[in-house]
Amino acid sequence: MSADTANGKAKIKIDSASKVYETQSGYVHALDNFSSDIQERELVCVVGPSGCGKTTLLWALSGLHPLTSGTVYLDDVPVKGPHPEIGMIFQEANLLPWRNLIKNIEFPFEIKKLNPNDYRDRIQHLLETVGLAGFENKYPRELSGGMQQRASLVRCLSFDPSVMLMDEPFGALDAFTRDEMNLLLLKLWTENQKTIVFVTHSITEALFLADRILVMSPRPGRLTREFKVDLPRPRHLDMQMTPYFMEATKEIKDIIYASIEVEQHADG
Amino acid sequence: MADQLIEKIPDFDKKESTVNVAEEGFIDWTSLTKPPTAKNMREALIILAVAVAIVGGSEVLVRLFNVPNYILPAPSKIFTALVESFDVIGPHILITLQELAIGYSIGAVIGIVLAAVITQIPFIEKIITPYIIILVTTPMLALVPLLVLKLGFGLEPRIVAVALAVGPMVMINSATGFRRTDMAKIALARSYGATTLQLFIKIRFPLALPMIIVGLMVGGIFGLLTAVGAEMVGGGGGLGSRLVFYSSLARMEPFFATIVIIATIGISMYVIFFLIGKKWASWEA
Ligand SMILES: Nc1ncnc2c1ncn2[C@@H]1O[C@H](COP(=O)(O)OP(=O)(O)O)[C@@H](O)[C@H]1O
Ligand SMILES: [Mg+2]
Repeated sequence: MSADTANGKAKIKIDSASKVYETQSGYVHALDNFSSDIQERELVCVVGPSGCGKTTLLWALSGLHPLTSGTVYLDDVPVKGPHPEIGMIFQEANLLPWRNLIKNIEFPFEIKKLNPNDYRDRIQHLLETVGLAGFENKYPRELSGGMQQRASLVRCLSFDPSVMLMDEPFGALDAFTRDEMNLLLLKLWTENQKTIVFVTHSITEALFLADRILVMSPRPGRLTREFKVDLPRPRHLDMQMTPYFMEATKEIKDIIYASIEVEQHADG
Repeated sequence: MADQLIEKIPDFDKKESTVNVAEEGFIDWTSLTKPPTAKNMREALIILAVAVAIVGGSEVLVRLFNVPNYILPAPSKIFTALVESFDVIGPHILITLQELAIGYSIGAVIGIVLAAVITQIPFIEKIITPYIIILVTTPMLALVPLLVLKLGFGLEPRIVAVALAVGPMVMINSATGFRRTDMAKIALARSYGATTLQLFIKIRFPLALPMIIVGLMVGGIFGLLTAVGAEMVGGGGGLGSRLVFYSSLARMEPFFATIVIIATIGISMYVIFFLIGKKWASWEA
């Protein structure tokens, strides 16, 4: 399902988002006049060099941090704080080490005062899909990095949010596990029909996953280019070897390096 | 040992290095909270054999060299005294335990609550912490004569002394626990819409729990020392007063028997908290 086959209604509307952090050593302009619409059930990747404001953007979408100016709309309503329709996936799996797997998955239900028993079938099905059935009583320290991140996917999908915001979720994993997780994510996305905003600094990962890529400039983070990915679905790993994939990689790299050079000229 | 070196692959980039409990605490209690334990039956047997050899050896040495009673009675004599004077000592055990239980409960509750509150307000914490450190480092025994003057010869001055010894110790360790803020976990809970109370119950408290348990364990041992000491200084009943009584009569067998009882109480407390820690704080190990 790509951007133009979706029903055309913007699920998330980012309107002139800017963020300035106030620190002891002065102001940090992290995000500058960023605007984009994200369609329902679209999978959008955000790429950009480290420190360009990707996390800042994502946290603003989630309502965890306010913007300095600009507005984010979810279903046409401004996002002012944490929203029940949004599920976050963090850079690390971020499981609670004092809870076993199933208690970790039930954590959002406890906070939201929902009864996880009403969602048992869903949770069980998700655990089976990601290959964690039978590990319910294991503690995070007993799970590998990949398993922990799978668990955090289940935790996020279990309460069925319509939007998933993912911040470099597989960045800490080795290349093989990362490919595996990307395939798993696409499978879950196809089954669950979520709108996903996926932040990464890997162009390969972005091209492999996305309908559309938002390329960001170095700080202050601006949207330099929206890149539509012309790869058929379902995606498979072989596609990474195609001439289109290589050319697209180079094109995005050039966009990013060009913006870095502009930055350096401006500095010097 | 070379084979062990080859087999064990070290964690090179352990990202969130499980912060060592003792590292960030006020005092290093690692040897208390993470004692080396027997790996297998053979090690356990050797450890046991050494213990038997020490007790048996001292028995033999005391008899062989005719060590006078007032220096060290033979272990067998101490044991006999323990059995024979248990009827006399028994009520005193109850007195000491009562002081300990009441003083400890008061001190521990105040310590934990105070730690939870002040760590939320860094400025208040800065104001209060110096006094807590003074309380931790001052032996509360020094206050007992004063407390006796105010509160008489009953249990009260000792209960107060125990609470004063336990409270700051529990507080300072709990505060270390509550000060841990894992922003990622707090953000996680907030993303589900957690309230401040939910954040405290579901994130801050579990994060602090291992340090609270360390504080409760160390506080318990300090409380016992203070209870016995206060009984020695302040008169009245209790195991401490028995120590004074037996030593003044140079009755060393029941004197050492009393010490064995005090040690047993101390070790029991230690074991209880060790087991609690194993159950509730082992995720950190
Ligand atoms: N809480 C903060 N206070 C001050 N500066 C911040 C804060 N968070 C992020 N920054 C700065 O804002 C910029 C963008 O950060 P971030 O959004 O984390 O970038 P990215 O996720 O793309 O690496 C960085 O230069 C970072 O140092
Ligand atoms: Mg980031």
